[in-house]
Amino acid sequence: MSVIDTPKLDRHALPDAGGHFGPYGGMYVPETLMTALFDLTAEYEKAKADPAFQEELRFMLKQYAGRPTELYFAERLTEHCGGAKIYLKREDGLHTGAHKVNHCIGQALLTKRMGKKRVIAETGAGQHGVATAAVCAKFGFECCIYMGAVDMERQALNVFRMRLMGAEVRSVEAGQKTLKDAVNEAMRDWVTNVGDTHYILGSALGSHPYPMMVRDFQKVIGEEAKRQILEMEGRLPDECVACVGGGSNCIGLFYEFLDEPNVRLVGVEAGGHGISQGQHAARFEGGRVGVLQGAKTYILQNPDGQIELTHSVSAGLDYAAIGPEHAYYHDQGRIHYGYATDDEVMKAFEVLSRKEGIIPALESTHAIAYALKRAPQMSKDEILVVNLSGRGDKDVQQAMKLLGGMKGLTDGDRKNNLKPFREEWLTLRPE
Amino acid sequence: MSGPNRIQQAFDQARDADSALFVTYLCAGDPDFDTSLAACRAVIEAGTDLLELGVPFSDPLADGLTNQLAAQRALESGMSHEKVMKLVRAVREFSDVPIVFYTYYNLILAHGEADYAKIAREAGVDGILTLDLPPEEADNWDRACAAENLKTVYIVAPTTPPERIGKIAASATGFLYYVSRTGVTGERDSLSVDLQDKVALIRESTKLPLVVGFGVSRPEHVRDIAAVADGVVVGSSIVNCIANNLGDTDATLAALHDKVTTLRTGLA
Repeated sequence: MSVIDTPKLDRHALPDAGGHFGPYGGMYVPETLMTALFDLTAEYEKAKADPAFQEELRFMLKQYAGRPTELYFAERLTEHCGGAKIYLKREDGLHTGAHKVNHCIGQALLTKRMGKKRVIAETGAGQHGVATAAVCAKFGFECCIYMGAVDMERQALNVFRMRLMGAEVRSVEAGQKTLKDAVNEAMRDWVTNVGDTHYILGSALGSHPYPMMVRDFQKVIGEEAKRQILEMEGRLPDECVACVGGGSNCIGLFYEFLDEPNVRLVGVEAGGHGISQGQHAARFEGGRVGVLQGAKTYILQNPDGQIELTHSVSAGLDYAAIGPEHAYYHDQGRIHYGYATDDEVMKAFEVLSRKEGIIPALESTHAIAYALKRAPQMSKDEILVVNLSGRGDKDVQQAMKLLGGMKGLTDGDRKNNLKPFREEWLTLRPE
Repeated sequence: MSGPNRIQQAFDQARDADSALFVTYLCAGDPDFDTSLAACRAVIEAGTDLLELGVPFSDPLADGLTNQLAAQRALESGMSHEKVMKLVRAVREFSDVPIVFYTYYNLILAHGEADYAKIAREAGVDGILTLDLPPEEADNWDRACAAENLKTVYIVAPTTPPERIGKIAASATGFLYYVSRTGVTGERDSLSVDLQDKVALIRESTKLPLVVGFGVSRPEHVRDIAAVADGVVVGSSIVNCIANNLGDTDATLAALHDKVTTLRTGLA
């Protein structure tokens, strides 16, 4: 494996004081926000070193979110694939339904520390919005969530959940009306109301300190998984896989394993309808280095630097840029990236539901789709850990529409569809 | 024409006349190339001392709705990097007014900083304000501009602490742009009350010319700002002359002419 030749990485040295991961990351924001970002960075550094903050964070993660989550041996899925033992990190079991609550709790505690009373956030799939609405209700903050009009339609259930918990959900009609446009609107709000408002950004994205801070709040996933796999198997996994939109669940699982050269790490991007312009959100396939919404990273853009349209069946991965830390580890060769298409994802969605009785979020299903392809290539004594970052309740309505419209969905055909998963229907980047 | 000195000359002349520059913002290509070129001519003829041209970007996160929609119109009409430069060259055929781009960093990076600076300078651009590029990240860009003798312009915000103003001024070679209220671009009823104090504070840190904008929509605003600053930027209320008259070029140009003429009375 090529990772063994990679020079020793020091994950703790990144980012630098300006928020850079090698050439990526940084602070590319309007001047109005610079002071707020400096203040946030300083406050976060203080909180990080404060035992009382850490204690409250641990308490909230346990009592409110339901940590630790299980590392679950997916026995029937393993049998189905006929290769590596597949373990699922059950972030889908968390309160509000996904890993997003981890960093929302962390940022809510910071908001309280900073004495701010109003919180804004953007959301794509609605999972981050729901987690933000929940912590705002819990801490008594005024809460405003920006969501693209298209996403509001495909994630109507989450819109209702946010409103039920007292959040105002503002529909974003600009641009493509998805996640990227919601980020623009949230940043505009923050530029205007920066004095009393904290922006709970929803992924390891944007300007410093967000990629670092969100990673730090999410790395508990990998810390638990490492401890759990050592307890259960007495050794480290051979490979870990997670889906990558902005990249928060992915860096959350991988961070603890970056120093372990024998653990292969694979992030799975959204292949959408396939890799052609405007039809996907696989930044390492069609993207170039640029600056969007605060950070330098890989971005889907045209030759003039205008941001390309994106597509994914999962609203949470439907985004033109990837978190800057991923860009760095991509270039270093430490994390490998592949993609799964919408069709592959919808098949995997059915497989996990039927084999394990677990309905995955469409985002997380990208990692499952990869596992279905990868596990059969691995030997039976190898271990593959999949981050099941969220549950699929929110996606059931959309899945019903999509699966109902797919060919060959009689019961008999369904059974046939479940067998041949060794075929090459998940495209991996050549290494 | 010696491009880069146009900005300096304009401020020098205004200072000698104890006046301030009337700075007009238009989005390049709004609502289409031909109308935009005619709009540039109209605002210059009505009395624009410095033309700020917004380069349309798909994700203008520092701009309010007025400018967002302008950028959207421009992009939908087919504006591209090439056409933005063509517009500048076309304006240069009839005017020597200083032109400053108001843009986003990705549009520069996509071409490479050195190449972009060269292309812009050759087209007739005098200075560039990059909205999402703070001085902390601007070393390469500042060098690229210096090599082409293109002036850099930076924003000072109401949230900028006094100790940071010097750092921003050190990156700027053209002028500083003070946004008079926190927030994105747009028209407002009242101007910031502490404007005078803030301008005085900025002047302690720099000898660079200072323009003030964001929200100027009345001659009184122009008068109040001109009393303390070297230039008054009028943006959204100009762009609205286009937005409110889409499809009627004559009405657009008449509205632009009236708006500039009316607001300029604040300079008298």
